[in-house]
Amino acid sequence: MSAHTIATTRSAMGIPTGRLAVWWVLCSEIVIFGGILVSYIMHRLGHPEWGHQAAHTNLWIGAFNTLVLLSSSLSAVLAHQAAEQGNGPKAARLLFATIGGGATFLTVKGFEWTEEITHGMTIQSGGFWSYYYTAAGIHATHVLAGMVIMVFIAMAALKNRDLHRVELVGIYWHFVDIVWIFLFPLLYIAK
Amino acid sequence: MSAHEHAAAHPVHRNYVMIWAILVGLLVISVAGPFLGIRVVTLITAFGIALVKAYMVAKNFMHLDVEKPIIHWLLAIILVLMVLLFSGLAPDVMKDSGRNWKKDAGFHTLPPAAEHAVTDKHDHGAKNH
Repeated sequence: MSAHTIATTRSAMGIPTGRLAVWWVLCSEIVIFGGILVSYIMHRLGHPEWGHQAAHTNLWIGAFNTLVLLSSSLSAVLAHQAAEQGNGPKAARLLFATIGGGATFLTVKGFEWTEEITHGMTIQSGGFWSYYYTAAGIHATHVLAGMVIMVFIAMAALKNRDLHRVELVGIYWHFVDIVWIFLFPLLYIAK
Repeated sequence: MSAHEHAAAHPVHRNYVMIWAILVGLLVISVAGPFLGIRVVTLITAFGIALVKAYMVAKNFMHLDVEKPIIHWLLAIILVLMVLLFSGLAPDVMKDSGRNWKKDAGFHTLPPAAEHAVTDKHDHGAKNH
């Protein structure tokens, strides 16, 4: 009896089912993040005074985290390349590097939020801070989810199993990166 | 053989490190932009470059350029829905007047008297506890 799942063996519309499913998931994610970002932009345009609240976010921390996520996207796509070449152990090492990038991102975010909250800037401090913590919090949850999924895929890749999944989790990870690419100017640059 | 069929048969090889370096270069520009203190430049370096970076990641890292057309359609439909959401809600959120209502100045903020009332109520509540 084969241990392969349907997503591994079946193809729909010329696309492996697993990859099609990831794109469907991303479409729903676009609605989630798109809704938050569009709502934020509308309110931000209607409330120029939010700029005073946004002035308290740390541009350098945001930029550093952007660099971390861009670099983790590089290791994710290199893992995909290694998987295509059938080199599971190399793909696993690169996936673990990607997980390290995610962990760095979350650690920096943790210190950043601790600093802000201890200075009285909480989710209830105003409209801007409500959006700030909600958008960045949901994004951070996605980073954490990606890291957990990646651990399982990397463990399998070490044994050269289910290497196609390296690409699937990579697509998800790049999407999380793209969301941050938009969050960074909205929350850290527009002041 | 179409582009995506070709890509499926022959995995795409790109210089990913070079693409990453360009993305980091764009990040540096987007961080440097606000220091010029020119609003238009800040908008372009922040949001214009964000669009370019997102495009580069989608095209080169997610390989969207060699993905099947059905995926392009899926994403396009979702993005159109986002635009509809924006255009449907924006008048309510951003305009000060509408057909059936009028948002005067201070619509979103409580008048000073009401703010005091809320503060007093909270203080009383705290004392009672």
